[in-house]
Amino acid sequence: MVAIIEVKNLTKQFKDVTAVNDLSFSVNEGDIYGFLGQNGAGKSTTIRMLLTLIKPTAGSIHIFSKNLHTHREEILTDIGAIIEKPDLYNYLSAYHNLSFFAKISGVKISKNKIFEQLEMVGLAARAHSKVKTFSQGMKQRLGIAAALIHNPKLLILDEPTNGLDPQGIADIRNLIISLSRKFGKTILVSSHLLTEIELIANRILIIDKGNKIVEGTSAVLLDPANTIVEVNTTDNASAKNQIAETRWKQYLQQTKDGDIILKFDKSLIPEFINQLVQMNVQVLSVKPRHSLEDYFLSLTTANQHVEPVTI
Amino acid sequence: MKKIRFLLFVFLCITSSASAQDVTSLLQKVKDKLNLINDYEANGRMKTKVAFLKVPIANVKVYYKKPYLLKIKNDKGISFIPKGTASINLNNLFADNNYTAIDGGVVKLGSANVRIIKLLPEDEENEVVLSTLYIDEENLLIRKSKTTTKDNGTYELEMTYGKYAKYGLADKMTFTFSTKHKLPKGFTFDFDEGGKNNTADKKKAEKGTIEITYTSYVVNKGVPETIFK
Amino acid sequence: MWNLLQFELYKIFKKPRTYIAFGAIAAIILLIQLALVINGKDYVKFMVSDLDDTLDIPYDQINNGYWIAFNILNLLLIHVPILVALVTGDIVAGEANMGTLRLLITKPISRTNIILTKFLACVIYTIILLLWMAFLSLVVSVLLFGANDLVVAKENMLLQVEKADVLWRYFAAFGFAAVALIVVAALSFMLSVLSENSIGPIVGTVAIIIVFTIISEMGVPIYDKAVKPYLFITHMLGWKGFFYIDFDEDGQTITGSVRNFSSILKSLSILAGYIVLFVTTAVIIFKKKDILS
Repeated sequence: MVAIIEVKNLTKQFKDVTAVNDLSFSVNEGDIYGFLGQNGAGKSTTIRMLLTLIKPTAGSIHIFSKNLHTHREEILTDIGAIIEKPDLYNYLSAYHNLSFFAKISGVKISKNKIFEQLEMVGLAARAHSKVKTFSQGMKQRLGIAAALIHNPKLLILDEPTNGLDPQGIADIRNLIISLSRKFGKTILVSSHLLTEIELIANRILIIDKGNKIVEGTSAVLLDPANTIVEVNTTDNASAKNQIAETRWKQYLQQTKDGDIILKFDKSLIPEFINQLVQMNVQVLSVKPRHSLEDYFLSLTTANQHVEPVTI
Repeated sequence: MKKIRFLLFVFLCITSSASAQDVTSLLQKVKDKLNLINDYEANGRMKTKVAFLKVPIANVKVYYKKPYLLKIKNDKGISFIPKGTASINLNNLFADNNYTAIDGGVVKLGSANVRIIKLLPEDEENEVVLSTLYIDEENLLIRKSKTTTKDNGTYELEMTYGKYAKYGLADKMTFTFSTKHKLPKGFTFDFDEGGKNNTADKKKAEKGTIEITYTSYVVNKGVPETIFK
Repeated sequence: MWNLLQFELYKIFKKPRTYIAFGAIAAIILLIQLALVINGKDYVKFMVSDLDDTLDIPYDQINNGYWIAFNILNLLLIHVPILVALVTGDIVAGEANMGTLRLLITKPISRTNIILTKFLACVIYTIILLLWMAFLSLVVSVLLFGANDLVVAKENMLLQVEKADVLWRYFAAFGFAAVALIVVAALSFMLSVLSENSIGPIVGTVAIIIVFTIISEMGVPIYDKAVKPYLFITHMLGWKGFFYIDFDEDGQTITGSVRNFSSILKSLSILAGYIVLFVTTAVIIFKKKDILS
């Protein structure tokens, strides 16, 4: 597997705020790589560092096996990006926006090609309309067309479905999948819309407060064999000690605040509950996490510290 | 002794009245000479020397029509002509005969001897208080005049004669007049070049000079009065 | 760089505010020309003060196209820098505000290239604005009011330049004015790099110019010695130096001369120094800046 993006020990310090802390991850060729985190987790900061908008305080970034710091222009030639909202010139037409983006990306592009791109995102009929007359969804689609105009190998999309209606979100989702499967593009998508990431990403990175929480394939993260089970009792500390004396100890996850989290195959849940009953543990709830959203919430709540895990 | 004193007294009376007669007749002769000129159109180069005025040497035309009309014109550019160029008109000095002429004796002006004649206007309403003429008796030419006015200070005319002397027309005329000038400060947003101090100029700012060097005259060929409007 | 420059100019001339600047200049000049047609004599009288007690002032001749052009330039001293800043103060900050700045930075163009191209676009805009002003103030004034000798007031004297000797001075003056206005462009450009919205740089530039102009004209000795020689605003008036004709000891002007050319050159080099300072600062800041917008 060729790593398209390799990030090692990336840190960004803003005065007394550490926005990104010692983050390491890699994106392989052909991945649709989901980058997850709550608002303020450090996703945008990380993406801005990948795109040289922000200078890292420490760490290294390699893209296409080249050091971003020393091969910036070469690397950026093959990257298309949308950050938060599409960067478009509102007082220019859709056509002129794409024409400009092509030029400054160092690409000579014909009028027909521009119209093809507009066709691809369903905006050919509005090619000569000023962007300020576009709806949010149309702008988002034009933004993607702009990001693709120079046929980049790597797409970095920060919240690409921002402000879109369900249909718009579905359209973007399908486009991303198509770009990956049909055109072999590597795509890094950041979002707080976890359900969307679940549907499209083959690998996922979750960060919280600038720290990596988990990185792995969604198959594994969502694998029933790796179901996260959260247990709540009347006395969690005592219950945890009791569980640690049983064979269930091997499934116990480290938690800072004494919450009881285990990871095992979903099918073992009834047996586990029986064990708790036998031990006279006063159980309030046993919650399995089946979706990425549950997993994400469990790992990123404010009081929890989890050691970063790569799967 | 008495006889000598008496003879001296008589001699003085005769000479003074003769002198008074001399002054009047001298003035008349000068006037007659000037009256030979009915009009002229002259070309000249005019130098303006005024402390606060820096101007190029101008090619001017001077028009004259007997007895009072005189106009200096610059057709090609701008010239600052002294007000009331009638002051430059020699005829104006003594055209109306309504004055008392007093002999001021003979002095040397440059290399030539000139007779000083002071003219006191009899009309008290006259703007002029006193005119002093320096006359070259031999050639009947006014070489210099100094005129003191009530409201406009003193001005001087100095004439140099050459090829037009027989017509009483000067080759070069220098007119010195009083000036005052003050520009409001801060009005002009000047470019401060630094260094050059103009206080010396300010002291000289009381007097200005116009110097006209005549290059040609066209005399008595007729000059329309519309030119003087 | 050429593509980017074309696009920067395209963006500048696509914005309505650019045409406000051109329109404002046209309106101001037209108003001044109209005022001088009606009241020109009074303005000349004001300039010559009480000189008309002694000399006949040829008001109509003085109030010619060249003189009107000179006075237009004089009066536009405060206004045109504002109109320059209106566009140049927006060129970086406006894009930061719109979000399109990050678009440029994520493209395979160096930040230095981006910022210098933007500044070059500012320079071109400034020169076009100046040419527009030159055309309206000089060409139109001369066409409407004719040409004659130019009489210029300099604090305690009047200087007269012969008609044939005037035009080259205007070319030189406009050349100088271009440099002066580029200083303003560079200042507002630098402020634009520091800001995330364009109001700050525009207002900041105008405020700086007004404050420094007031300090320059106050005539307070401590400012005149310690501060004034170093202010760029002092040297921006250097275009007038081309009209300060030299004169001999008799006070007669010398055709084709300039009284203090070295002073003009000194001002020009100080202005050039300011341009270098402002632009270099802008480049350094922009290269280091984290783009958070």
